[in-house]
Amino acid sequence: MKKVFCRPKSMTDTVFHYCAGCGHSITHRLIAEVIDEMDIRGITIGVPPAGCAVLAYKYFNVDMIEAQHGRGPATATGIKRMLPDRVVFSYQGDGDLAAIGIAESFHAANRGENITVVFINNAVYGMTGGQMAPTSMLGQKTTTSPAGRASLLDGHPIQISEVFTLLPGTAYIERCTVNSPAAILKTKKAIRKAFEYQLDCRGFSLVEILSPCPTNWKMTPIESNRWIDEVMSKKFPLGVLKDLPAGEAKKGGKTP
Amino acid sequence: MNKVLMQGNKVIGEAAILAGCRFYAGYPITPQNEIPEYMSERLRQVEGGVFIQSESEIAAIHMVVGASAAGARAMTSSSSPGISLKQEGISSLAACQLPAVIVNMMRGGPGLGNISPAQGDYFQATRGGGHGDYRVIVLGPATAQELADLTMDAFDLADAYRTPVMILADGMMGQMMEPVVFKEPKPRVYPERHMMRGAGTGKHKIIRGLILDPLEMEEHNWTLERKYRVIAQQETRHELYRAEDAELILVAYGTGARIAKGAIKRLREMGIKAGLFRPITLWPFPTAELRELAKRNKDFMVFELSTGQVVEDVRLALQGYARIGFHGRPGGVVPTPAELANVIIRQYDPKQGIAEHQ
Ligand SMILES: Cc1ncc(C[n+]2csc(CCOP(=O)(O)OP(=O)(O)O)c2C)c(N)n1
Ligand code: SF4
Repeated sequence: MKKVFCRPKSMTDTVFHYCAGCGHSITHRLIAEVIDEMDIRGITIGVPPAGCAVLAYKYFNVDMIEAQHGRGPATATGIKRMLPDRVVFSYQGDGDLAAIGIAESFHAANRGENITVVFINNAVYGMTGGQMAPTSMLGQKTTTSPAGRASLLDGHPIQISEVFTLLPGTAYIERCTVNSPAAILKTKKAIRKAFEYQLDCRGFSLVEILSPCPTNWKMTPIESNRWIDEVMSKKFPLGVLKDLPAGEAKKGGKTP
Repeated sequence: MNKVLMQGNKVIGEAAILAGCRFYAGYPITPQNEIPEYMSERLRQVEGGVFIQSESEIAAIHMVVGASAAGARAMTSSSSPGISLKQEGISSLAACQLPAVIVNMMRGGPGLGNISPAQGDYFQATRGGGHGDYRVIVLGPATAQELADLTMDAFDLADAYRTPVMILADGMMGQMMEPVVFKEPKPRVYPERHMMRGAGTGKHKIIRGLILDPLEMEEHNWTLERKYRVIAQQETRHELYRAEDAELILVAYGTGARIAKGAIKRLREMGIKAGLFRPITLWPFPTAELRELAKRNKDFMVFELSTGQVVEDVRLALQGYARIGFHGRPGGVVPTPAELANVIIRQYDPKQGIAEHQ
């Protein structure tokens, strides 16, 4: 009989610690499938964050170096500049990328570092217990915005992907989600494209993924998936936000 | 190699290049700007060299983490406030057992402070500096020649012990020009197995500071501690200057030691037999060597460009076996040898010994 579904080779045989319905586990699998399909396991180096994905190094069967909270793109920069022919990805949550690590992320993108960032936007700080994130929705109740996020006190949800499109160093930016089988397939294609752009030295690629956090949203997994469609994606519209044609790509982030 | 006249900051840059440093990231701050400037030019000229002017000191040190993991000899430099920002990454380097060289050209502080030479970061440097239970090897050069030699040695030590090494100097050392001869660097010894370059067809590698299980974390802490003990036993360095017949031993490092040497000349002209004990490794502090001196010397005088940091290590070393006097000037004030000599004359009576610092 033909085997049609198995664990990707780029994944270890380890049970995820993620909550039921969490988007991290789906995304991990997609990345591993892409690495397998592109046959780049041996040349890939991943940089997991501080956040719920802090243990990602246990799940990927590729070289992994844990970054401090928010510093992934800086660490990835150091690796990629020394090893330009490796595929380097940084995996980050919204607190990691859009708050504490905004400078590292923004400047890596602006330098056109030839790396890929997989950005899990779940509108909360998952790991630390559901505090407000820079991407929390207006009115969203979290453990540090008990009355709901108020723009005058807390600012507005940051649309990282839109902001990053303005930087000439970015080559490819797409916002996806993992709340339905169709969306998951689309996300996989986006991750693959981002890795392919990196192999083609086109510059910085970013895949933002609207990702359910049922635990901290205090919803069931099904309600969470619905909330992404009905609320989150209104502020964070899905789709390709930037796709530089090959000729125009900046070939950034390279040391001559 | 020929003798050249060179500014301290550039000496560090050149020594790093000669030692095989191929990655530098840093953010401008006075009084060390000549280091990134020099590196930006030299790293363009050598094969495989990478220079990045980072968006902050935090980014710089985490770039160094990545470059070091990838197998490069990597360096960053800054001055006091910037070194505070780097501490997260230095702690990470220590935890992950990654080699790197960090230069701190100290300035007056705390806070933004000023840009004058000071030694107020001694505690920060010699006590680890960031969070967690770790140490950093700290070298305290006192001449441009030592900037060259110790920068090269720093890379070797970092590799040998897979740990961050700090060059701790100050604006005076960085700005001053002196003649230097660059020694022949040793060939690098750093096994490929420590480098993260993609798993190939083999097992994947993990570099991490995160260890959630307390017992495992404890074991990692002890592993580091065992390494630090070996360093403390094998790597201490110090210089003795006119100490053979000395009755009073000054203890000072870096710029402070230069001033102390001038003061010693003056004191000797006045008939006071003074000598110098100069720690070159600030961590590990040459504790045993200093204690050895206390077998015959009962009077020590600590001098530093801070309010009393080195003096604590001297107390720990001498453990009450000798009298300890103290003079310090913080904030970027650089006292003259004459001032130090005058202070010593007031505090030291050859018959009664040094007035003890409380
Ligand atoms: C310097 C520092 N500050 C704070 C933390 C604590 N911390 C760990 S993860 C995290 C936020 C995680 O949120 P996010 O990045 O959105 O990822 P998620 O857990 O939601 O996937 C925080 C604040 C830390 N590890 N380091
Ligand atoms: S807390 Fe949220 S982000 Fe973290 S594992 Fe659970 S569902 Fe996922």
